[in-house]
Amino acid sequence: MWDLIVHHLNDLVAVSLFVIGFADLLFQKNMIKKVIGLNIMDSAIYLLLASQGYISGRKAPIITDGITSAEYYINPIPTGLVLTGIVVSVSVTALLLSMTIRMYKKYHSLDLDYCLMMARREG
Amino acid sequence: MDFIKNFPFFSIMLCMFCAIVNSVLGRRASKYMTRIVLGSVMCLSAAVLYYTIKSGSAYVYYMGHFPAPWGNEIRFGCLEALFSLFVSVIAFLSTVAGTKAVEDDVEDKKENLFYILVCLMTSSLLAMSYTNDLFTGYVFIEINTIAGCGLIMVRQIGKTTVTAIRYMVISILGSGLFLMGVTLLYTLTGHLLMSNIKEAVVSITESGEYRVQFTIVIGLMMVGLAIKSGLFPFHLWIPDAYGQSNVVSSSLLSSTVSKGYIFLLIKIFVRTIGFDVIKTTGVLYICFTLGIVAMILGSVMALHEHSFRRMIAYSSIAQIGYIYMGIGLGTAAGVAAAIFHIFAHGATKSLLFISSSEFTEGSHSKTIDDLKGLGHKYRFSAFCYSVGAFSIVGFPLLAGFVSKLLLGGAAIGHGPMQWIALLALAISTILNAIYFLKTVIYLYIPLDAEHTGKVSDMVPEYRMNCKEYVFGVLMLVVINLVLGLASGSIIDVINNGLEIFS
Amino acid sequence: MKKERENDPQNIISGKISGKLKSVYRVSALVLAVLLFFMLATVMIGMPDIGNKNNPDNNEVAKRYIENGLEETGAVNIVSGMILDYRAFDTFGESCVLFAATICVMIMLRIDGQTKEDDEEAQKVTFGIRQSAFSKIDSRNYEPENDSILKKSAILIVPLILIFGLYVILNGHISPGGGFSGGAILGAGLILFLSAFGFSTAEKVLNAKTVKIITLVSLLVYCLAKSYSFFTGANHLESGIPLGTPGAILSSGLILVLNICVGMVVACTMYSFYALVRRGRI
Repeated sequence: MWDLIVHHLNDLVAVSLFVIGFADLLFQKNMIKKVIGLNIMDSAIYLLLASQGYISGRKAPIITDGITSAEYYINPIPTGLVLTGIVVSVSVTALLLSMTIRMYKKYHSLDLDYCLMMARREG
Repeated sequence: MDFIKNFPFFSIMLCMFCAIVNSVLGRRASKYMTRIVLGSVMCLSAAVLYYTIKSGSAYVYYMGHFPAPWGNEIRFGCLEALFSLFVSVIAFLSTVAGTKAVEDDVEDKKENLFYILVCLMTSSLLAMSYTNDLFTGYVFIEINTIAGCGLIMVRQIGKTTVTAIRYMVISILGSGLFLMGVTLLYTLTGHLLMSNIKEAVVSITESGEYRVQFTIVIGLMMVGLAIKSGLFPFHLWIPDAYGQSNVVSSSLLSSTVSKGYIFLLIKIFVRTIGFDVIKTTGVLYICFTLGIVAMILGSVMALHEHSFRRMIAYSSIAQIGYIYMGIGLGTAAGVAAAIFHIFAHGATKSLLFISSSEFTEGSHSKTIDDLKGLGHKYRFSAFCYSVGAFSIVGFPLLAGFVSKLLLGGAAIGHGPMQWIALLALAISTILNAIYFLKTVIYLYIPLDAEHTGKVSDMVPEYRMNCKEYVFGVLMLVVINLVLGLASGSIIDVINNGLEIFS
Repeated sequence: MKKERENDPQNIISGKISGKLKSVYRVSALVLAVLLFFMLATVMIGMPDIGNKNNPDNNEVAKRYIENGLEETGAVNIVSGMILDYRAFDTFGESCVLFAATICVMIMLRIDGQTKEDDEEAQKVTFGIRQSAFSKIDSRNYEPENDSILKKSAILIVPLILIFGLYVILNGHISPGGGFSGGAILGAGLILFLSAFGFSTAEKVLNAKTVKIITLVSLLVYCLAKSYSFFTGANHLESGIPLGTPGAILSSGLILVLNICVGMVVACTMYSFYALVRRGRI
């Protein structure tokens, strides 16, 4: 059991972070905290991807000294996917924060439930 | 290579190009540019559809200089082409018919931004339908989500911001789960390309390894896409989003955006993992159960709703339940019925949303009670709305009838599941009939003295004067009739498409 | 729900119902989260080990990227070569995500003159305070006092940041970095410049029009260049773009051009996010 946990430490940490972020998105009423939850969740996935691409003892995939042997570098695909994913989460974060600003200007609160109630009352 | 094989790629890039150029155009120029591009995408998709039906096989197109597992690629058979044609037709007709509504609701200087979002949405849906790579699918899902969010809040009243935030938060949960699923699938199989994943899945299931892992991975992707398309327990954002935003946005969101996710889900089930493997995991039971619950609860909630647009929105929840029920049956016939229902519902819902706008605008009221007698005033819209309502209830000759028939036919022969499915179908249809026919009857109620004065005070049929509105709505009616009358050949195309899908 | 007025009977009833719904929601969400954790943990325990070179993902795909990447794309940085040449369609989609987000932020925050909503809001009285007291119009054009510490240090740091950003963009195919990271650095430099010297100075360098033109040109070049390469690739035509000597700045064909385009788009996007958030226009 202990062995398994040590072998999959990165995975388990990533899963815990993912669930923390997920729960944050579900439970928090405050929009800023929700955005933080989103970022935790996305980072967990990137941690998972990055550790899946790692091969012990190998180097980052930038060709050094002209060596082009596959035995020398780690898997470049997860790295590329993480790069793409980061840009997506940056865009979503910016979008959510600007929506929060707009909501705050209108209802003077960051509490999503409260704002929803005020919006319902408007009819 | 035939030149026509470039068309799917052209249609994706043309939409993107139009979106980029629209950012510097004025409102009129961007409107016409969008129409031209959507129209030409329609023609391109129709050509691809004709070509693939004639040849009866699917083609692979490299996006770059490298073959498949290394480079990106798109793949098109007749089903993908049919879906793209559907998306571009609905997007074109909705934007044309709703020109007036867009002008009313969107600030003048931001109108080009609205058309950018329409273009981005269309191109992402096209890419989602053509792509052969799961990660590309994820990226375009995100574009679709963000464009959908923009479409909701393009009508700038405080409420829509809150609605858009809820939509976004729920969608983010969905995309998080989906990305997790893609990551785990990549770790298990070592591929992102759909055909290679399928090979790997076959060899892994034969060896009997990773059984639990596969079930959970498929579950994650299914739940992620179900959240995004608004299946029952995740439906809370739908009524607000469809009820408050601009009519064009509502019609696009309900008939194309949410359907894109379902199409991708079918693609994952049939093409990526393989239906035989899916059946052993039990994920289909979740689809089936949630679909049944959504069918009934959505209709019940629509029955209790007083606001007109929100009622139509609740009926969307029920219709999405129909689609998931069809997928959950786990047969080729069920999936084909689900795909036909995607088209039927898309055509009907956009017709209902757009034609309903004249009543809500004209009477300055949102409630169903205030519809009384409006059919005498707004004759054209009332006629078109009634066609849509009859179609969704399932009157013969119209699209909704055929899809219900197909769903019922697919359900027969499934042991205990068949009774549940047929019963739910019957209950849901009756409820549908109650609340939709109620609105139609209200529209054509004979006017008494009190109402006559009220109705004649209303805004005259201003949308009638707008030729674009008449054209768009009439074309949507025609599409409903075509889907109902020519259903045989469309079903053939869907079945052929499903065969070459896997 | 606590903020509701208590003397309104209807509110109390609806409050009670929604209170109950809320507790149901909380319990089910908690169950969902715990369930998700255990599900994912079991999945992870059974997954292939981390760092093992025989994992399924270290297959022929990764091998070709590493072994032939230099020859086929001309990029020393294999990741750059992969995302901008082999899997360029993904990356194009990703730039479009950024573009879509910018458009949405503009729809929400860009203020074109005085809107009707502004007027209504200014007249409204909420919580006993007149809205015009913290009206958008005043706060929007508010510029902080000249801060000499910030200004002096910005003079020193901003050129360094900008040069570093350009370096990262231009060396994206040779060393770690690329358009996205370099663009983010450039954007950070521009934002620092803006906060130190205020909008009036920053507008001399970057105003709404230049931002628009830079974004448009970069995205168009990106779109057309990639369309060209996809088209020639799929039709098995020669693209005719020289790859150059690996390791030189002017090498690796389109990757350098694309990196520059992406860098410009990202820098402008970051800058316009900040400007839109602060005063509602770029």
